[in-house]
Amino acid sequence: MRQPFRRKRVMSEVALQATRLTKHFGGLKAVSDVSLDVHRGEIHAVIGPNGAGKSTLINLLSGELLPTSGAIKTGALDITTFAPDRRARAGLGRAYQKTTIFAQFTVHENVRLAAQARSHAPLKMFGGIGSDTAIKQRTQDAIVKAGLAGRGEIVAAKLSHGEQRQLEIAMVLATDPGIILLDEPLAGMGTSEARRIVDLIASLRIGRAVLIVEHDMDAVFELADRLTVMQDGRVIATGAPQEVRAHPAVRAAYLGSHEGAA
Amino acid sequence: MDLATFAVQLLNAVQYGMVLFLVASGLTLVFGILGVINLAHGAFYMLGAYLAYWLSAYTGNFALAMIGGVAIAFVAGMLLETVFVRLLYGRDHLAQVLLSFGLILVIDEIRQILFGKDVHSVAPPAWLSGSIQLTNNLSYPVYRLAICAFCIAVAAIIFLVITRTKVGMIVRAGAENREMTRVLGIKFDQVNRYVFAVGIALAALGGIVVAPISTVFPGMGDSMLILSFVVVVLGGIGSVAGAAVGALLIGLTDTFGKVFFPSVASILIYLLMAAVLLWRPNGILGRKDA
Amino acid sequence: MNMTAPRNQTIIMAVLLIAAIALPFVASTYYVQFVGKAFIMGMLAMALNLVVGHGGLVSLCHGAFFGLAGYILAMTTPKYDAASLMWTLPLAMLASAGAALVIGALALRTRGIYFIMVTLAFGEMLFFFFHDTKVAGGSDGAFINTKPEIALFGTQLLDLDKPIAFYFVVLACLVGVVALLTMIVRSPFGHALAAARDNERRARSLGFPIFRIRLTAFVISGALAGLAGYLAAAQFGFVAPQMLGWHVSATILVMVLIGGLRSVTGPLIGALVLIALEEFLKATTDHWKLAEGLVIIAIVLALPGGVRQLWPMISGTRKETGRAPAVPAKARHV
Repeated sequence: MRQPFRRKRVMSEVALQATRLTKHFGGLKAVSDVSLDVHRGEIHAVIGPNGAGKSTLINLLSGELLPTSGAIKTGALDITTFAPDRRARAGLGRAYQKTTIFAQFTVHENVRLAAQARSHAPLKMFGGIGSDTAIKQRTQDAIVKAGLAGRGEIVAAKLSHGEQRQLEIAMVLATDPGIILLDEPLAGMGTSEARRIVDLIASLRIGRAVLIVEHDMDAVFELADRLTVMQDGRVIATGAPQEVRAHPAVRAAYLGSHEGAA
Repeated sequence: MDLATFAVQLLNAVQYGMVLFLVASGLTLVFGILGVINLAHGAFYMLGAYLAYWLSAYTGNFALAMIGGVAIAFVAGMLLETVFVRLLYGRDHLAQVLLSFGLILVIDEIRQILFGKDVHSVAPPAWLSGSIQLTNNLSYPVYRLAICAFCIAVAAIIFLVITRTKVGMIVRAGAENREMTRVLGIKFDQVNRYVFAVGIALAALGGIVVAPISTVFPGMGDSMLILSFVVVVLGGIGSVAGAAVGALLIGLTDTFGKVFFPSVASILIYLLMAAVLLWRPNGILGRKDA
Repeated sequence: MNMTAPRNQTIIMAVLLIAAIALPFVASTYYVQFVGKAFIMGMLAMALNLVVGHGGLVSLCHGAFFGLAGYILAMTTPKYDAASLMWTLPLAMLASAGAALVIGALALRTRGIYFIMVTLAFGEMLFFFFHDTKVAGGSDGAFINTKPEIALFGTQLLDLDKPIAFYFVVLACLVGVVALLTMIVRSPFGHALAAARDNERRARSLGFPIFRIRLTAFVISGALAGLAGYLAAAQFGFVAPQMLGWHVSATILVMVLIGGLRSVTGPLIGALVLIALEEFLKATTDHWKLAEGLVIIAIVLALPGGVRQLWPMISGTRKETGRAPAVPAKARHV
């Protein structure tokens, strides 16, 4: 039913592939038979009205929920049954909808922890935390990339809301993931702050696969290379933004009221 | 084991389990609604037993001692909630653990001052002091049967209150969503106070009813505290039905453990707890997702 | 989590260490033994704080690890002879670590309040094991007639029966424990442990294996509690089931709270303060437990950050630090 909208990919390295994912909570089918893939070098946005199953989907992908049925692969590796920490070590990075930084740590400490998590000896007991130059470098790079240069010694709790989201992304970057999952990165953000984050997200796709769930349609249509539209736990359309925008089912279900804005 | 012996052991198991339920239900209510872990719960069980000893000697009437003891515990619970426990809502578990540990030291010393550290026994009420002849050489004390009946009645009242009243609705919400009841709890200061007092009164009631069948001694609160914790871990925090299931399981395990495996009986309930933790870390009737 | 100690703190530590070394040469045996006991309890409290303060896990079974190691010494000491420190100490610590591994593996399947109750229950299981069975004197406990020694080819190199020798062994262990814990807390492992405490979900999503991190910390903590228990049993010359009881666990938690949750050596201060307080109360009133209980309640309510909260009040200086290292993390949910 949704096949007509599948665009032919030029670069076809599939980084993340979900096949027929289904999640039931008791009698409620939060996610039904959802298949999607994210390619290296692209931003894939998932949109849909509230309650469409987007959050459940992202939790299934990051491993906080295990699917009732279906499979998830990163490249050739089947990660369907992996716990979140194991998925992270397999190269899957996630930023949360509600900011979940370590509030009592400084910006630098937050990012360094993330860098440490993916280092060769993340749980070393001997030697201080400053001794690993690779971690140091990755921490610094991520802070600069996320636009937080010069803010390293600030305690995370004291950052503005927008800066905390930047820190979230810096932490994800520091784990050097091949795939990034972003859950409503623009939620609750002012216009100028949002602009910064959108530019930052746009730059993430280079060399990585990015999946984003977001309500801000302007941002979605600016960022996404491909879109998947969900409703009632199902995928109703997948394709390039222009194709999805024109899709009658999508217009009927969801986009109608937004079209003027988008 | 013949049928009569089995019946006696079964009655013992149920009676033991019902007393455990009485005490543990108070603990699980206080946790479920107030979000407070109260290590001094066992101390009130001990205090209840001493009150039963003191009041029945003073009044000469066990029923009066029971009413008086429960009333004293209830008032003490109201006072404690007002003075100390109220300050713990929203504090971390460590603060709750240590404050209630401080309370234990205080209660123990008050017991020492009021009653000394002697071991006492309490006579059951005269009309319940007989035994029922089961077979030629087996009899069963009436008082133990009365405990079963009494505890079942109290359990029934608790269940009715929880399933049929507004307070009960808050209790059930508490078992499922503590965050929400904390929000509600701000509105229901009075409810908090009564819940804590009822919890304390249930612990004391447990101590009162067992006073005639066990000895009254200073350390009795500690072992009851541990057992109540095991009951709550087995059943699931905040769940009164879970406490009933857990209490009966422990009653059965302990009683029949002593019959069949006397050498390891004292650690059987902990093995049971370990098994439940492996099977359902949040308790048999606890929520699946913590 | 302030990981780098300021310079003046280092100087204070050095001065205190010199004072501790000088103590046996200026004070009477009574005080030397008293300080030795406080050091042992301080070691125990510091060991506990690795999981409580740095790991955010309120354990109520460290008394059991402490007592278990003491019992191992009692059971391996020959009736009329000294046990060899060289193998009984590692054995005792191994036993405590083993118990911590089993209990931790089960208890760490739970969170928050469940964790507290489960550790308490398993700790009491060990208490009842030594209380109800005849392995080492049952409820009466057992004597250690001769303190352990280090002997080589029949020559006694170190005899713990000599109070000064014992004191220096305790002091050496104390320094070792402080060094080890400082290293762990400042290491990548320590940071991961603190991260799991502050935000478990986030730490997991970054790729940290939370269960393994916590279990490792719990086992190290249990082994160090065993070291303290071994030394305590050697000092008292006696072990009793009460050593494993949960009142010990709760008392050392009080020491941790008094000293402050976020530092390595804070619990040592807490141990010194609480033991001195107990001695003072015992000397002034018959009902010292009542007074101690009230003091504990007052500390919990008034000084959630430990006695170091008093310093700014006393000296009149207030430092705005921006971070609140002494304040315990917010209540965690089950």
